[in-house]
This record gives sequence, structure tokens and C-alpha cells, in this order.
Amino acid sequence: MTESLFITSVLVANRGEIARRVFATCRRRGIGTVAVYSDADAASPHFAEADCAVRLPGLSPADTYLRGDLVIDAARRAGADAIHPGYGFLSENADFARQVQAAGLTWIGPDPAAIAAMGSKVESKQLMKDAGVPVLERLDPATVTERELPVLVKASAGGGGRGMRIVRTVASLPDAIESASREAASAFGDPTVFCERYLESGHHVEVQVMADAYGTVWAIGERECSLQRRHQKVIEEAPSPLVERIGGDLRSRLLGAARNAAAAVSYRGAGTVEFLADDDGGFFFLEMNTRLQVEHPVTECVTGLDLVGLQLDIASGAPLEGPEPTMSGHSIEARLYAEDPAHDWRPTSGTLHLIDIPGVTARFTVPPMHGIRLDSGVEDGSEVGVSYDPMLAKVISRAPTREQAARELAAALRHASLHGMTTNRDLLVASLLHPDFMAGTADTRFYGRHDPATLVAGAGLDPRLAAVVAALADAADDRAKATVLGPVATGFRNVPAVFQERTYAAADDELPVRYRLRRGVLELATTPEGIGELSLLSAEPGRVILQADGVRRSYSVHRVGAHERIVESPAGTCTLHTVARFVDPSAQTPAGALVAAMPGSVVRIGVDQGDRVEAGQPLLWLEAMKMEHAVLAPTAGTVAELLVLLGQQVEQGTVLVVLLEEEETRD
Amino acid sequence: MTRLHSTFDPSGAEARANAQAMCEQLEEIGQQVALALAGGGPQYVDRHHARGKLTARERIQLLLDRDSPFLELASLAGYGSPYTVGGSVVAGVGVVEGVECLLVANDPTVRGGSSNPATVKKTLRMHEIALQNRLPLISLVESGGADLPSQKDIFIPGGATFRNLTRLSAAGIPTIALVFGNSTAGGAYLPGLSDHVVMIEERSKVFLAGPPLVKAATGEESDDESLGGASMHARISGLADYYALDEQDAIRIGRRIVARLNWRKASGPVTDAPKPPRFAAEDLLGIVPADLKNPFDPREVIARIVDDSDFDEFKPLYGSSLVTGWAQLHGFPVGILANARGVLFSAESQKAAQFIQLANRSNTALIFLHNTTGYMVGKEYEQGGIIKHGSMMINAVSNSTVPHISVLLGNSYGAGHYGMCGRAYEPRFLFSWPSARSSVMGAQQLADVTYSVSKASALAQGKPFDEDTAQAVRRAIQAQISAEAMPMVLSGLLYDDGIIDPRDTRDVLGIALSAIHTAPVEGTSSFGVFRM
Repeated sequence: MTESLFITSVLVANRGEIARRVFATCRRRGIGTVAVYSDADAASPHFAEADCAVRLPGLSPADTYLRGDLVIDAARRAGADAIHPGYGFLSENADFARQVQAAGLTWIGPDPAAIAAMGSKVESKQLMKDAGVPVLERLDPATVTERELPVLVKASAGGGGRGMRIVRTVASLPDAIESASREAASAFGDPTVFCERYLESGHHVEVQVMADAYGTVWAIGERECSLQRRHQKVIEEAPSPLVERIGGDLRSRLLGAARNAAAAVSYRGAGTVEFLADDDGGFFFLEMNTRLQVEHPVTECVTGLDLVGLQLDIASGAPLEGPEPTMSGHSIEARLYAEDPAHDWRPTSGTLHLIDIPGVTARFTVPPMHGIRLDSGVEDGSEVGVSYDPMLAKVISRAPTREQAARELAAALRHASLHGMTTNRDLLVASLLHPDFMAGTADTRFYGRHDPATLVAGAGLDPRLAAVVAALADAADDRAKATVLGPVATGFRNVPAVFQERTYAAADDELPVRYRLRRGVLELATTPEGIGELSLLSAEPGRVILQADGVRRSYSVHRVGAHERIVESPAGTCTLHTVARFVDPSAQTPAGALVAAMPGSVVRIGVDQGDRVEAGQPLLWLEAMKMEHAVLAPTAGTVAELLVLLGQQVEQGTVLVVLLEEEETRD
Repeated sequence: MTRLHSTFDPSGAEARANAQAMCEQLEEIGQQVALALAGGGPQYVDRHHARGKLTARERIQLLLDRDSPFLELASLAGYGSPYTVGGSVVAGVGVVEGVECLLVANDPTVRGGSSNPATVKKTLRMHEIALQNRLPLISLVESGGADLPSQKDIFIPGGATFRNLTRLSAAGIPTIALVFGNSTAGGAYLPGLSDHVVMIEERSKVFLAGPPLVKAATGEESDDESLGGASMHARISGLADYYALDEQDAIRIGRRIVARLNWRKASGPVTDAPKPPRFAAEDLLGIVPADLKNPFDPREVIARIVDDSDFDEFKPLYGSSLVTGWAQLHGFPVGILANARGVLFSAESQKAAQFIQLANRSNTALIFLHNTTGYMVGKEYEQGGIIKHGSMMINAVSNSTVPHISVLLGNSYGAGHYGMCGRAYEPRFLFSWPSARSSVMGAQQLADVTYSVSKASALAQGKPFDEDTAQAVRRAIQAQISAEAMPMVLSGLLYDDGIIDPRDTRDVLGIALSAIHTAPVEGTSSFGVFRM
């Protein structure tokens, strides 16, 4: 049995928002905080906030946050007596947990044996089956038949969608296994993968468990996380709308199964048992995450618990006391990612100049009955690179009803200022307000049914209107900076002839704005359809006031760097990029050049210089944000130049390959 | 600080009638401006666009800093001539890379951009403006050369075009030629005499003689590219300093050239944030009476064009038919002379001469607001020395070395036009309102004089005098002189630099003043002998 310990200082073997989350509870309790940080995180808030910090030299996770030996050494040097692993990285590494304990430190997590048991997807399923928890049968890759398709290839040691592949044809199975295995090896150091039947749709429902060292297991309500992209959760909530809708004994069956699952491995601490549930009330065990989940705040918001606090209590040997907590009200979490959902979820990087989410009443803690909580890994001015997960922050609403929680979260996100980076904000807003989500019926195929590009298109501020606003603000800005004739009217012409022109890019669209001002009256060469006749009331570099159909609206315009324009209005936000007025031919990329669409590293090269390639043939593969992206030949041709090396880090826009397009055969 | 007050009521019946008359004149002028804007007409503009080319105004627009002002000059040059109004050239003062430049662009849609007499006049006037105000000159060249049928009016005076270019260069004023198309024969000296030359791949064509002429002269077989293509000039002859891939590239390079000129203005405004006038510019439409026989108070105009309507009047109680005083306009200090009741008397003339000398002492630019019917006539005034005093004023205006700008608001007749710095007195800029009228005397007076003289002559010689015929002649003369006194006629002959909408007066003057201040503003104490 565990003796009672007193934790005085906690090292968090993690980064970003979860490190800050753990520190927040520690600070409240007067417990010391120790951060570790990679070179990429030398300016990150988690490092700045800790009482002390130890550097993990290097950039890649393998050199830094995955180096258990360095982490334990850091704890020793900084005088920490406990290690909290957060999520990801070493959090489900049983060996590391053992090493922590062997070093005489308190491991804030379950026993290594429980981690190991649940860590193997194969072994855990058997355990669960034996404990009477419903499971999906495992398949032998060698004998998979057409009838069993589609199947899911999964990394045994995986999580978070890494090393996971959906396979729909028997022929593509070997390739999927190979690439999943490679991804698993690089992410988790274990290439083992397995197959199981893939259920096309369903609801992701999971149960938060908390168990003490004395055999008490709490199942603290469920969460639903059906809105996922590439097996990563986007929106999570508690309680589950599916469970609420079906009612009956579904909740008690789920909670019961979760308690059984935890008990089966003598679980201790915080964990999550994940299920795939259908609309008939059936559910299957997916896996158990033996750590704190990203989405734990929604459970905190409907129970009032501090789950990190409970983790610390249990690690200190305290028992769970009192009745099992239950849920009240509703809470929804949206994960704000640095990614472009309209472009294949392409990860983005850069400087987040400003992050300001209105109505935030709590950070890293439960807000009052009604409010917005922000758990953010970034602050104004944070550099967001490609070394780690693209999640910037979690925005969580707490409200008496689900509809209020959804609407208030959407409003907070819509009116948030997020300057400097492309994020999934518009997608979050559109998803939260989508009829399927509002009805509580959205399942895991939500983003398959609703193309993110289409969802985003309707959301926020009309880019065509935003372009007009940006042009007027930029005109005012240029005039304000003019060294001569500044006080003369903007664009003054005693003989009006040609329109002024400014062009902006919104996503893939170029939006030229042709305008002129005569004695303060705006004239547009073409008024965007559906926007109505616009008249200009005032234009300043940072604010434009327009009137359309008798309604006056104010827009604020922010400039980030030389080229980014962020137009904010009550209707939403639109980010535009200026299109250069002149093309410098010497700065042009050669014809046939293929450039990196995102920053990343070259993980595989499939061609040599001089090779003849077919249209659509993969030329090389870039790994960015844990995903492999193939660079395909747009046309048939010959590889004229191969400009990158294997393993090379490339910036967005780097020319990778120059392809000489095949001449059409002439008779 | 002395703030002007206004008693003008824009909603009054008279003001509205005045404004209506002004708007009708603006409308009439607008029709001619539209002709100038249309250039060679839609057919030629479309053809030009179809060749991937920009029009003269599009080229200018792309060359200018975005949203910066452009003051187009002499847009109605050639009005009243057989040629397309505008002189087949677009010109004006604009800002390129923060530098105020004088831009002259051939309009290739008008007979291939060929030069007619109005083109020559307008171009030479632009060179004069560039030289006087030290404005870098950018020529956007695409011209088929002289309009041959009118060569007698072009060939000899047109030679000054090339002389001016090199004189500008000699004065240290940069000259830049962006060659968009043909610039052949005499036109070849345009790039030849410019400091910086940009040519465009497969577009620029610069040679003394084309293939047919060469064949005729020497029997040599040749082609355009080898005789004068951009590639040849960039690589072999060295006439082109920059080789551009297309029009936008040439303009981009042109902007880079200006950015690297290291050009500095001699001085700037005394404040970067001048306060606007306290009265609406819109009122300016209704101030000048529809019938110019009625005088108006020029302070109502001044109150609507100067910063904060702030005007310190000089000698307000003396010679009150001429208003003089100090103000700022878009932050530039100015002295203003404005006719108040049309006629200039001795006192007004002496006041003007003194005021002009003071402006020269304080190196302050002068603005003349014309509404004068001339110097007073009659025994009393002749005996009082009106000639001496008028001469003092003309002497002062002629020898003053601070920059002058004239704006013809209404009447500008007789020697009053001279004393108020008419065209011949070389104001840096001269603009007309649509209400301006200018001739040696009023049309009616002139017709009356002609009538009386012919009648007196007939009577003296004992010849019969046919009253009906004389009245008909008198009416015809009045009509002719009235028509010739109209601002469009003056504009067509390059006797002004453009007719402006009264509401634009402040900004037009602001641009002109800023351009003027590119060169040093230096007064003089050296005048002709003042006859006391």
C-alpha cells in the first residue's frame, strides 16, 4: 500500500498548455513548479511561468521531451520530488514511469503495469473482453477479406491519430501497414501495428475515471468527442448529447464498463476509457488512456473538480472520499489549432502576434457557473513552429444548457483576435453552430460529410467585403505615411480617370478592389454581389466605417507584418494577404517549380534527377506536424532539378523540384 | 491668428442660381474632358489593350504611389484645334516613390501618339514646369513622331523638346524615359537625351530610320529589332540602361530609378497636419455670381481654401478693392492678392507693389485670385498717376522671384490680368475656374469701342455710316470676343494649366505649392526702378 507522501515540487515533463495547466494547480497549492524546455520552447510561456526550468538541448521530441533520462536528471537537479507527465510524450511510457519511481520520485500517474497493460492495444482488448467490456474483434492483416473492409490499421503504442490508417481495399493494406508502422516507430519508438474492423460512423464517447490506491474507482461522467479530424479531436463536450438523447441505462452501462476497465488493471489516478457508441445504444471499447486527457476541462466544468488536484492527492496517497461526483450543466471545449482546415488541414506556423479571446473569466481553472475558460499554450507574440503539436489553445465554455454553451463558445471564438496565423477558428465557429452539432447528432463522420472548406466559406466576414475594407484602410495608411502631399485628399484627381487598385488574397482567391474617392465619396468599379451599395463614412488606417442599405458598420483592420491584413467586425474576422503591385521577374519561381506548401522535413524522395514521371506520381514526401504529405507531379514530365536532400528541413515556399513539362507530341 | 467670418448663405436663392450656372459650365467642360479621356476612342483603346498594352493614364496610375494625388495639367490642350482635345499627351504632377515628379505620357491611342502642334506646346510647357520647380521628369514614350501634315507647326518649335531635356539634365534635374513603343526618328533623341532609359522587350523601338528608309538611303536590308529593339539597345548600343520584360516591369523599374535618385525637396510645409478650412468647399460653387458684372467678396473664397480659414489681412483699410494678406495652404505659407471690386486704383496698385516686396523679403509664395476688369480709367485717375502706380504693380510682379500661382476666378481683363500675374508674367501655375473670362477688355466694351471708332472714322471721313450693319458687326464682335474669353479657349491655347472645379481649389493649390517648394523659394530685393 502506498504510504502518504507530501509533494513539495512537481516537474512537468511536458510543454505548452498542459504544463501550464499543471503548474496552475501546483501554484494554488503552494507546490513548487519545474519546467523542462527544448530549444524551440526557450521563449514559451510554460518555461517562463515555472519556478525554475531545465533545458533539454535540441529541437526534436526525440532529443528533448522524449528523453526520460534527461527529464529525471532535471528533476533531481531542480529538487523536484514528483513528475507529472501531462499527455503525449512520455505520459504512457511504462518504462519511464518505472524509471521515475526507481529514481525515488513520485510518479503522478498509474502504476507502470497498468500503463503497460493498457498501452498495448492488443493486450488491452483481450483484458477488456475478459472483464466483460464490449470490444471490436482484432483482425489478422494477412487474412483480411473484402467483406471485412474497411479496416483500421493502428499503432499498438499509439494515440492521437498517429500511426493510424483507414484501409478500404485489400491491395492497399500492405502500404498502409508500412507507412503506419514507420510513423509509429518515429512517434512512439515502437513500430507494432494491428488491424481491426473500422466502423464508418459512430459517436466517440469516453468516460473519465479516477481511482485511488485503496480500490475506489470513480467514473466521473462521460464526454463526447465525435467531431474529429484525422482521428484528432476538434470539439469535445460533457455530458454527451448521444447519451442524453438515448437515455435509459446507457450512462450507467458506460460508467459501469469504465469502472470495470479501470478495476481490471488495478488502475490508480486519472484515466479515460474510450468507447465508440452507435445510435442504438451499443458501444465498443476502443482504448484506455492512462493519463490526463486534453479535454479534461469539460469534465472539470460540469463537476467543479480539479482533476490535476485529484491526481496530486492520489499520488500523495490520499483516498477518494465522498460520493462519486456527478455532472451538472454543460461544457464544450474547442481546440484552436494552427492549421488551415480548408487546405487539407495543412499546419501553419509563424508568430501569433495577438491572441485575445473576449469573455474569458478563468484560465486553467473552472470558471463560475457561466463563463469561458481558456487553457492556452501561447501568449501574444509566441512563435509557433512545426516541431510540436499545432494546438494553440483550448477554449471552453460552461453554461447551464448545451445550446448556451455552444452559442457562447462560438461567439467567443468569432470575436477573438488571432493575429498572425491561420487557425481553424472559422471552422470551430461553423461547426459549433452547424445544425447537426446543435441537434447533438453529429458523429465521427461530421467532417467527411461537411467539407471543411465549405463550412468555413460561409463563416465569418465575407472576404470580398473585407478586401474593400482593407483597401480603404491601406489607402488611409499609405496616405498617413506619405512624406509629401499627405494632407491632400486620398487619391485626389482633378481629372478622374483610372480606378485605384489593390488586390488581396483570401485563401486561394485573388480579390482585386478597384475604387476611387472623390470628395470623400467612394466609388467601386464593381460592388461585390450581395453586399449592396457601399458608402464610406470614414477610413483610417485601423478603422473603416461603411454604410450599406442604411446600416452603418465599423470594421477594424490590423496589419501583421508587411502582407497580412486582419479585418475584424461583429460578423467575424477575415484574414487577407496583400498581393504585390508589381512582379519582380527575378523573384519569380521557374516554370515547373514545385514548392513546399508548408514547413516540414523531407522524409522520402521517390525520384532522381532526369527521371521521367507521370502526372500524379509522388516525387517526394514531406513530414509536417506528424503527417506525411506527398508532393505529386502536376503533369507528366522530367525531373529537371531536385533541390532538396533527405532529412532536410524546408520552409513554406521552398522550391523542392523543378519539373520539365512533357512537350506534347507533334505530328 | 485671424479667423475669417462668412456671410455667405449657400442656401440663398442667389447662391443657388450661381451654383447652378457654375454646374452648367462644369458640365460643358466635362464633355470636353470626356473627349480627352476617351483618347483615340473605344476602338483604338480596345485594340491597344488587346495588344497587352496599357493606356497613357493606366501607365501613369501604375507609376504613381497608390492613392497619392495626381494633378493633371492642360488636359484640354488643343481644344478648338482640328486635333483631338488633350494634345495626344497626358501630363501632370504626381508622386512616385515619395518624390513629386512631372509625368508626360504620349497617348498612343490618338493617331499612334503622334505629335501635333498642341502636343508640342503642352510638352514644352511641362518641361518649363519641371525646370522652374525642379521636378524630376518622367517621359512615358510611345509616339509615332510628328503628325506630318502639320509639320510646319511642329518641326522647328518642336526642336526645343530635346534642348529642354538636356538643359534639365544640366540643371541637375533627373530625366527618365520609359520607352513603351515607338520612339523613332527625332523621337529617338528623347531617350538619347534622358538620364535614365528603360526599354521593353519586343516593344520599344528606337532608331533614327526604319528599315524602308535605311533601304532607300543605303540599300541595306534590316529589320526593326536589329535597328532599334530593346534587346539591341540594352546589349549592343547601350542606349537602354534597363531592360524590362513588359510594361508593368518597365514601370516597376521606373519607380526603382526614382527611389534611388536621392531627391530632396528644398523645403516642405511648416506643418504636416494643417487644419482644414472652417467652411465647406461645396460653397465655392455658389460664390462667383452668374453675371460677372456683380462683384463678390474674395474673402469668402479665401475662407474656403486656406488652413483653418485663418487669414491675416494686410492693409485692410487701404486700397480696399484689392485684398492682400497672409495665410497657410496645406501647411505652406502664402501671400494672397485677390480682387475685391474688380477695378484696380492707385492705392490698390501701390498696396500690391508693397505686398509683393514683403513676400520677397519673407520668401513667401504668392497666390493671385483674379477678378479684375483692369486699372481705373478717367481723367481723375490718369491725373492721379494710375499709369505710374499700375506700373509699380507690374514691375513688382515681373521682378518678384518668389513663386506665383494665379487662379482666374472671374474677370481677368486688360492690364489687370498683367498686374495680377497673367500668363505672360510666368506664374509657376495658372488655373481657371469655369467662371473665368479673359481678354483685353470685356466683350461688350470691346464691341462698343470698335463700334464707336468705326462710326467716328466714318463721320470724320464724311463717309456714309450704316447703323444696321455697324450694329450687326458690333454684335458679331461681341459674340466672338465672348467666345474667345472662355476658359476652354484659354486652356486649348495653353494660356492656363487647366480649368479646375472650384471645389478642388484647395487641393490643386496644395499640390502646386508642394511642387513649387521642390525648388528653393527665394525672394529678391532687386526690382525695376519704381516710378514714384
